[in-house]
Amino acid sequence: MSKKLLLKNAHIEGIRYFDTYREHGGYQSVEKALKMTPDQIVEEVKTSGLRGRGGAGFPTGMKWSFLAKPEGVPRYLVVNADESEPGTFKDRYLMEFLPHLLIEGMIIASYALGSNTSYIYIRGEYAWIPDILEQAIDEAKKAGFLGKNILGSGFDLEIYVQRGAGAYICGEETALLESLEGKRGNPRLKPPFPAVKGLWQCPTVVNNVETIAAVVPIIDITGAEYAKIGVGRSTGTKLISACGNINKPGVYEIDMTITVEEFIYSDEYCGGIPNGKKLKACIPGGSSVPIVPANLLLKTASGEPRYMNYESLSDGGFATGTMMGSGGFIVLDEDQCVVKHTMTLAHFYNHESCGQCTPCREGTGWMYKILKKIESGQGEMKDIDLLWDIQRKIEGNTICPLGDAAAWPVAAAIRHFRDEFEWHINNPECLTRNYGIAHYADPLPVVEKQ
Amino acid sequence: MSETIAFKPETLEKVKQIIARYPEGKQKSALIPVLHLAQKEFGGWLDVPVMDYVASVLEITPIEVYEVATFYTMFNMQPVGKYVLEVCVTGPCMLRGSDDIVNYIKEKLGIQAGETTADGLFTLKPAECLGACGYAPMMQLGKFYHENLTKEKVDEILELCRQGQIALD
Ligand SMILES: Cc1cc2nc3c(=O)[nH]c(=O)nc-3n(C[C@H](O)[C@H](O)[C@H](O)COP(=O)(O)O)c2cc1C
Ligand code: SF4
Ligand code: FES
Repeated sequence: MSKKLLLKNAHIEGIRYFDTYREHGGYQSVEKALKMTPDQIVEEVKTSGLRGRGGAGFPTGMKWSFLAKPEGVPRYLVVNADESEPGTFKDRYLMEFLPHLLIEGMIIASYALGSNTSYIYIRGEYAWIPDILEQAIDEAKKAGFLGKNILGSGFDLEIYVQRGAGAYICGEETALLESLEGKRGNPRLKPPFPAVKGLWQCPTVVNNVETIAAVVPIIDITGAEYAKIGVGRSTGTKLISACGNINKPGVYEIDMTITVEEFIYSDEYCGGIPNGKKLKACIPGGSSVPIVPANLLLKTASGEPRYMNYESLSDGGFATGTMMGSGGFIVLDEDQCVVKHTMTLAHFYNHESCGQCTPCREGTGWMYKILKKIESGQGEMKDIDLLWDIQRKIEGNTICPLGDAAAWPVAAAIRHFRDEFEWHINNPECLTRNYGIAHYADPLPVVEKQ
Repeated sequence: MSETIAFKPETLEKVKQIIARYPEGKQKSALIPVLHLAQKEFGGWLDVPVMDYVASVLEITPIEVYEVATFYTMFNMQPVGKYVLEVCVTGPCMLRGSDDIVNYIKEKLGIQAGETTADGLFTLKPAECLGACGYAPMMQLGKFYHENLTKEKVDEILELCRQGQIALD
């Protein structure tokens, strides 16, 4: 059964506007939160088990409790709305349709963290969304939920929206802060972490849009009730943006107890694969997480059904599993070519590398060149090993995790689809169209990690 | 254009409001928003004199502007056509046929990726994932997205552009 916390009112006409949002229970969580102490809110969020929805899944309450509180120094909440991970478009959905949910969550989070000026950093291409957010901010301000002395609590808050200008790397939290300071989006060395030295060297919490939105139902139903939804350490609900070869692409809110099979094939979610095609592979958590072939997607290596939650998706590690990531669920049908798909991703990471670290700057370029060579029918068998070697040399050797994010998709493609790379090298006629070998209807045996 | 580069008074007012979002002395934070305004007001790209002007408005050095302007893909360092067709070509869009859309546009307009038509109307700029993967194939045109593209839809869009009927802002 689906349990909706974030999108439960998304279908209501006019929910984008304050009055309608308020009529449907909006801003009640703020009223409740402002009667609590900031520490009590942090405790509620800890109890809820909420994990960051930006990709890493770090426990939000714990992150908030790490925020340094030196006397006389301002603290900041910055919402990460950079959403640039291929396959991910859930934050956009929240901001377009439920802007007040984000604003409400930001008021609560800012109060809990002691931020009197909070920013939303949104990717520049979402150029029409700042208008929606700014209208919501104006409405909330007129109604007394923003500005000075909110609801007589003595708490002041201003929220500003800042647009980026096209750079995936600005989703990485320290690059985001650099960009917000008016600089190139070069990630910073950590430590110091943003919780100690963030925006303008002040203590800062950076959270994803969905994470902040989830704070609203947590305050509403209590952290303990929120923790009862889902399973294990995958509490609450998760937004999944589903795309690729499925009948019903879109944004779905799931309770993390459903199986991957149900998510792909049931009419409530993706509605199966179009044209009676078979499922070949999937990248379930945004382009940076490992691709898995159909057989390992639906069942773990030990034969258990795989579920749509953090633990089950990563079961088996990178040898046979993958990750929940940002929830960008990319489905490939039997006609798709893994080599070509991986090549587009390699191009993406090369394009988006900020260039600070040699392994990332050079390695992503080499990976793209070699993949392009194989894809265009010029590949040699030794290229596959060279690719493997390059990705290994990037992983773990860079300032920020973009290097890993570039390496993992290539590693996983070779790990699970090495025969397809070989086939591509032996069968240059594949280049007429992006058709790979269609044998994943009959799953291949699991290849051990090299 | 180098003699008289200056924002319109209402834009300058906007710049002031943007600077007021940040603490005292942190006006450099306004750089990206102000570059967006500059690109819009001064012909769709950022020529050196424009960047120098932005530097003077924000009281920072020109190099601080150049290094930022060249880092972000949305800032054009070369003149572009009136309509910049930014078609996403990353994996998820590719799975749903973005190649066909790009090829169709190339064929129809007789230009390659990155080029501008002779009449200065269209530039084709392949883009990386724009956060619309579920509504692929797609393109950005000005401020807005055009999603679930087909060849027919592309025809329609190009026609609307030619008639000056498409919303860019
Ligand atoms: C290359 C890279 C890109 C990222 N892009 C995003 C993004 O677009 N949105 C996001 O919320 N987090 C992104 N992150 C994760 C952020 O660094 C950070 O962990 C996150 O915003 C924290 O929020 P959360 O704890 O609420 O998840 C990215 C990380 C890396 C390394
Ligand atoms: S890993 Fe890549 S993106 Fe990250 S800091 Fe290094 S060069 Fe930049
Ligand atoms: S891959 Fe094209 S919008 Fe995401």
